[in-house]
Amino acid sequence: MAYSEKVLDHYENPRNVGSFGKDEEGVATGMVGAPACGDVMKLQIKVGKDGVIEDAKFKTYGCGSAIASSSLVTEWVKGKTINQALEIKNTEIAEELALPPVKIHCSILAEDAIKAAVADYKKKHEA
Amino acid sequence: MLKFPIYLDYSATTPVDPRVAAKMIPWLTEQFGNPASRSHAYGWDAEKAVEEARAQVAALVGADAKEIIWTSGATESNNLAIKGAARFYEGKGKHIVTVKTEHKAVLDTFRELEREGFEATYLDVQENGLIDLDVLRAALRPDTVLVSVMFVNNEIGVIQPIAEIGEICREKGIVFHVDAAQATGKVDIDLGALKVDLMSFSAHKTYGPKGIGALYVRRKPRVRLEAQMHGGGHERGLRSGTLATHQIVGMGEAFRIAREEMAAENVRIRALRDRLLNGLTSIEATYVNGDLEHRVPHNLNISFAYVEGESLIMAIKDVAVSSGSACTSASLEPSYVLRALGRNDELAHSSIRFTIGRFTTEEEIDYTVELLRSKIGKLRELSPLWEMVQEGVDLDTVQWAAH
Amino acid sequence: MFAPTYLDWNATTPLDPAVREAMLPWLDARYGNASSRHEYGRQARAAIDEARARVAAALGAHATEVVFTSGGSEANNLFVKGAAALKKPALIAVSAIEHPCVREPARQLARQGWTLREIAVDAQGRIDAEDWRAVLAGRPALVSVMLANNETGVLQDVAALAAEARAAGALFHTDAVQALGKMAVDFRTLGVHGLTVSAHKIGGPLGAGALVLDKRVELAPLIAGGGQERGLRSGTENVAAIVGFGVACERALARGAAEAERLAALRDELERGLAAHGAKLFSAGAPRLPNTSFFAVEGIDGETLVGRLDRAGFACASGSACSSADPRPSGVLLAMGVEPVLARGAVRVSLGRDSTAEDVRGFLGALGRLVDELKNLTAMAV
Repeated sequence: MAYSEKVLDHYENPRNVGSFGKDEEGVATGMVGAPACGDVMKLQIKVGKDGVIEDAKFKTYGCGSAIASSSLVTEWVKGKTINQALEIKNTEIAEELALPPVKIHCSILAEDAIKAAVADYKKKHEA
Repeated sequence: MLKFPIYLDYSATTPVDPRVAAKMIPWLTEQFGNPASRSHAYGWDAEKAVEEARAQVAALVGADAKEIIWTSGATESNNLAIKGAARFYEGKGKHIVTVKTEHKAVLDTFRELEREGFEATYLDVQENGLIDLDVLRAALRPDTVLVSVMFVNNEIGVIQPIAEIGEICREKGIVFHVDAAQATGKVDIDLGALKVDLMSFSAHKTYGPKGIGALYVRRKPRVRLEAQMHGGGHERGLRSGTLATHQIVGMGEAFRIAREEMAAENVRIRALRDRLLNGLTSIEATYVNGDLEHRVPHNLNISFAYVEGESLIMAIKDVAVSSGSACTSASLEPSYVLRALGRNDELAHSSIRFTIGRFTTEEEIDYTVELLRSKIGKLRELSPLWEMVQEGVDLDTVQWAAH
Repeated sequence: MFAPTYLDWNATTPLDPAVREAMLPWLDARYGNASSRHEYGRQARAAIDEARARVAAALGAHATEVVFTSGGSEANNLFVKGAAALKKPALIAVSAIEHPCVREPARQLARQGWTLREIAVDAQGRIDAEDWRAVLAGRPALVSVMLANNETGVLQDVAALAAEARAAGALFHTDAVQALGKMAVDFRTLGVHGLTVSAHKIGGPLGAGALVLDKRVELAPLIAGGGQERGLRSGTENVAAIVGFGVACERALARGAAEAERLAALRDELERGLAAHGAKLFSAGAPRLPNTSFFAVEGIDGETLVGRLDRAGFACASGSACSSADPRPSGVLLAMGVEPVLARGAVRVSLGRDSTAEDVRGFLGALGRLVDELKNLTAMAV
């Protein structure tokens, strides 16, 4: 499999790897995928009082494209409001990373991870 | 001096031994006759070389040279043996038996026969990858005409009980085919003693060239086949097509070397394997796939839990290994062989096959162990599964949002 | 090794030195399995892709239409049986002069419920026009007619035959093994569904061939397994031989028409000499390959003559290599209506890229002496 330069860069130097403390203020978690499918992404966002995502972290079990997709979205969501983050589409991720057709599911998973994290945030804060 | 990438994929293919290449080259130079040409010396010389190689192949496996048919490789041999015997004996019955962990060349051939109206049984293996002889006995029926079991598994290296299976099949008058592509030069094969009727061989898994293989067809008791390739009537009508003399000569020489050096080579390879095994199993949460006892020393298949296989391969690109078998490595499916052992998909995904061979060095093994240790550490830092396990979560209880 | 003058280029050809150079790395440090995803495997895959493009270029085909096989026999088997396997048994028509690796698969189909019809040839070895019309009227499902015959060198008008067969609803295949490298072979112009070529007839190695296949045609594979060659031909690719095939095609393409003209001039010189020795040339009135002469000297057994020529230092053949152990006279000649007694005298001389005027003159000299000798022997026996 030939990976694009950008995938290789994110894979070699993943951005924002890690986890926030569970009880940190404004933290929400999206966990998508399944080990049996070969990918699990955990995306955490830390949302400020103004609804802007201040920080994001990820951990991913998956192929290079999955790692790169999740690393990329941690960069993209930062500074966006949660609603703006929801507008990130998998096609933009796939295009940015030049993912081959067999790896498009990685970008879909990354989009799902954002949605899951935002949903978690809304569940916690709008309840 | 290490040469990168370090080659630990000897079960996918082996380098041509320089001694083999040296024997082949004259046949790519001045000696170029068509061995079927009976009217001039070019043809006679080629024919003589072909017969010498046939004897060398026969000698490695305790067969008579007349029982060896040249083919383009083990895949063709498997197709010829299985379809050829099933179609020839279909008057006696249309039930055929194989194992779930066979190579695709056997499984796909069985599926083709199923489409033609044969009924196939695919035997399960035990957790260690070996077949249970009682399960085999129970699967045999009065209309069973063929059993096909591989000698050495390509992914996990386990050695099936061929002698015992042979006894069972012979007693019931069932044709027994063995895919020995991964076995030659690794285990002793004596077709004088084994009750095997058909056996497939490949040159390029045993330091010979690609594009050449052979099929053993027993003469006593005689086994008959329907040919798959028709034409000039080469190979006693069982396999038509001009023979590639240089490749045949290469296979003969490769098998001659295997016969002479196998015993010493296995000792050396076992020591390397043990070094690799000890190094890798000292990493937390690693699991060896397949029985370690009934196994060729050349193969080590290990699952590294909580890291994904493809990212692992990418991380260790300094070593050339495979996840699953070479033929299926372009797909995203986890290895069907590991699934058959009862490994869950996650462990199947994170398995690496290391296969050691004639040119592997201690230094290469040591480098590989260190590389794996550091990269697995890095990937586990990235892995949400590893994090959960460290926190004491039982992953089996997690409800995954499968996509 | 004593090196006789090689005049049997239709049986096989010596490896072109440039082909050998291209192959050697693949028998040495570049040993990867093309299905492996690591560097070794990727190198092998790239080399196969490059070879595929070269073979395609030599045949005016698209690279994705090239299916590599172990040789011409396998490619012919693959098309005939593979196409038939996906059809209901119907009529298959093959010319009466096909190589056994087309004829025998067709006979195999006949054992499986197909009707086999041989297409007659005329006295020159060309498809008989009247019989061809009769064949088409029978609505064949599959037709195979070789582009150039291996024994006589006779060419068929495959483009016209293929167009008519297509119009009649048949799949049309041509065995172009002997044509490639000796004349222009263009997959599009020929308009066939499948076309077979082989490496070792054009200075490439033994062990590689290809079926060029119209992608709209579905075939069942002969060899199932790992799914190589788009699933049409499983088995680890013979990288060295495929690389060699690619280079051999490139070289053949480069030699082109100039080499065909050179061979034709040599062949004409040879045939003038043959006539002077009283030999009867088969298919003299038909369009033929520029390198092949098939002849007989009345009253002299072909096998005997070929054996004596061999001892005199000239390697030629009494017919196709495959049937050289078969004592029956050439089936091709019998199909042309040649008397068995004359057919038994057949000798084939086939020239190639190393053949020279000196070879031809040397051969004619030896032939003249041997013919005189053998005629005297026959006279004494009578």
